[in-house]
Amino acid sequence: MVDARDLGTSPDEVQFRFRDDEPADHGTITVDACCDQTNATAVRIEPGDDARVLLPFLDRLALIEVNFPGFGDGRGYSSARILREAGYTGELRAVGDVLIDQLSHMRRCGFDSFAPDKRLDEDDAARAFATWEKVYQRAADVRRIIADIRHEA
Amino acid sequence: MYQYDQYDQAMVDARVEEFRDQARRRLEGKLTEDQFKPLRLMNGLYLQLHAYMLRVAIPYGTLNARQMEALADIADKYDRGYGHFTTRQNIQYNWIKLDDAADALADLAKVEMHAIQTSGNCIRNISSDHFAGAAHDEVADPRPYAELLRQWSSFHPEFTYLPRKFKIAVIAAEKDRAAMRLHDIGIRILKNDAGEIGAQFYAGGGMGRTPMIAPLIRDFVPLDQLITYAEACLRVYNRYGRRDNKYKARIKILVHELGAAEYTRQVEEEFAHMLSAGVEPPREELARIAAYFNDPAFVDGPKTIDRSDPDFALWVDRNTHRHKHDAYVSAVISLKPVGGIPGDATSDQMRLVAKLARDYSFDELRVMHTQNLLLPHVRIADLPALWAALDAAGLGSPNMDTIEDIIACPGLDYCSLANARSIPLAQRITERFAANGRTGELGELKLKISGCINACGHHHAGHIGILGVDKKGTENYQLSLGGSEAEDVSLAKITGPGFDEDGVIAAVETVTDVYLGARQDGERFLDTYRRIGMEPFKEALYG
Repeated sequence: MVDARDLGTSPDEVQFRFRDDEPADHGTITVDACCDQTNATAVRIEPGDDARVLLPFLDRLALIEVNFPGFGDGRGYSSARILREAGYTGELRAVGDVLIDQLSHMRRCGFDSFAPDKRLDEDDAARAFATWEKVYQRAADVRRIIADIRHEA
Repeated sequence: MYQYDQYDQAMVDARVEEFRDQARRRLEGKLTEDQFKPLRLMNGLYLQLHAYMLRVAIPYGTLNARQMEALADIADKYDRGYGHFTTRQNIQYNWIKLDDAADALADLAKVEMHAIQTSGNCIRNISSDHFAGAAHDEVADPRPYAELLRQWSSFHPEFTYLPRKFKIAVIAAEKDRAAMRLHDIGIRILKNDAGEIGAQFYAGGGMGRTPMIAPLIRDFVPLDQLITYAEACLRVYNRYGRRDNKYKARIKILVHELGAAEYTRQVEEEFAHMLSAGVEPPREELARIAAYFNDPAFVDGPKTIDRSDPDFALWVDRNTHRHKHDAYVSAVISLKPVGGIPGDATSDQMRLVAKLARDYSFDELRVMHTQNLLLPHVRIADLPALWAALDAAGLGSPNMDTIEDIIACPGLDYCSLANARSIPLAQRITERFAANGRTGELGELKLKISGCINACGHHHAGHIGILGVDKKGTENYQLSLGGSEAEDVSLAKITGPGFDEDGVIAAVETVTDVYLGARQDGERFLDTYRRIGMEPFKEALYG
């Protein structure tokens, strides 16, 4: 079992953040530790973790990190949406193997901060965040989907 | 058929620009090949043995003449003057240069086409009944539902990095002409006892190295919850599908390991949650899409024709299908000439077919999962002229659903995964049966060939299936019998030890001999096999 203190000892380098509040005091713990520890405010979800385990604790959490050890493992997208669907409004941070071409999808799934392992090119990232002017399906963002726009009165 | 509005067009245009940018970053070294690979796959670019292959989506197999002409132009401009129609109702080009790919995608976008999600671990092109909107036996046209699913699944932010590829088929008749239960999700549109239209969901089917028939997981999903239910199925799969082994990553393994009941329970739980979260598009959207699929202006006309030319009469009997309007039929354009490559068409043939669609089928064409083309709405009175034009272009083979109508994957001639060649085998089998004159006598006999265990040639679902394997460095072919992709779905069973190329051709002849000797009134090969079992066939092959 990972010692809770082993996580987050070196602060993430957050490259993109879409929030106005002050970043949470860092120091994330595992999902398992979070369930036992009543005062934790930051937690890190690994791909195999069930994000729903955290739902009873959302009120006290200010930062939830979702780790992408490899960009091809898409479980973190579902974790993010599940948290937002449950009403989580704190910071939701994608960390790990976060690349340019995943940014727009992550944003739609509810991530509002990004701490890639390797710093991304700012121009490429700006283009990526703006890739989809309109979208087809509902997600964790509040955008009106194309079908809504089509049927506006 | 469906037409893009400004929003659909903006989406495909944005995708072309995104891909151009990705290709640029790959060339500049900002993306590694490992990082670039899933991106190019999701734009249809797949690396084969000799070159890149571009797989273009033909949503639910429907296209118009202008689109077919654009496909012909792409074949000439970026490839070698031909293309290959696939079991996913798509078209593949085998000789594409990476430098040309973005331009080819831009050409496609001009005619409302794309290669989006035709490869990669995402929701693939939605397939459907090739007779949709024309068949006499459907409760509704399944394509509006397929189009609704196409839009929902395009660039879905949560489901772009699934454990593995994900294929959905939608049908709306009791007869299954789309191998629905061999898909990750199969949807059958039907009417319930109250006369309401809804969707039956099957999940966890597939071919590949572990073939499975999808179990029914929901008997009736109301139409205004269709997307929500699909989303619940996908979320459970995305979260719990195996990612430790790519050969166990398809949803069929998850459904099998959990059991259909437990998978269903998890989906229902997620579904209840999503109903409250509200992910369904507005109901009017389905109505908007459905309006594009209204019937063309059918006119009454003759129901019979002069059958005095026996060649023409044979083609009518074999290659036309009953239409919902009795002055029309659907006409199958065979891409299976004797000795030809199954599913291949030259650019000239594509242009001719486009013209015939304009002249005789309300500007509409279909791609069939059997690797043939189809004119869905042909006046019976126009059949002689249509047949004459097809026959003159080598497209008039009267062989739908016969032993000459072989499904074959590209095999070792193109594919880097293949263990054996499929195409030459298909060519030789059609030549053999054309020469021995048995094709007609054998009736419906679906023969399917895959060049490796991945089963792109659907051999598990063949009345006769052939699987190419590598046996100590030489090509070896396993024979199997008794599969079906239709409503009587079943998986074929291996006869016994494999054969070399000559041997498997002889073996196919042997099993057809057993059938002809044993069949009773009106039985197809498959019926006889099911009645008498494997033993008589084994005895004849190995006895």
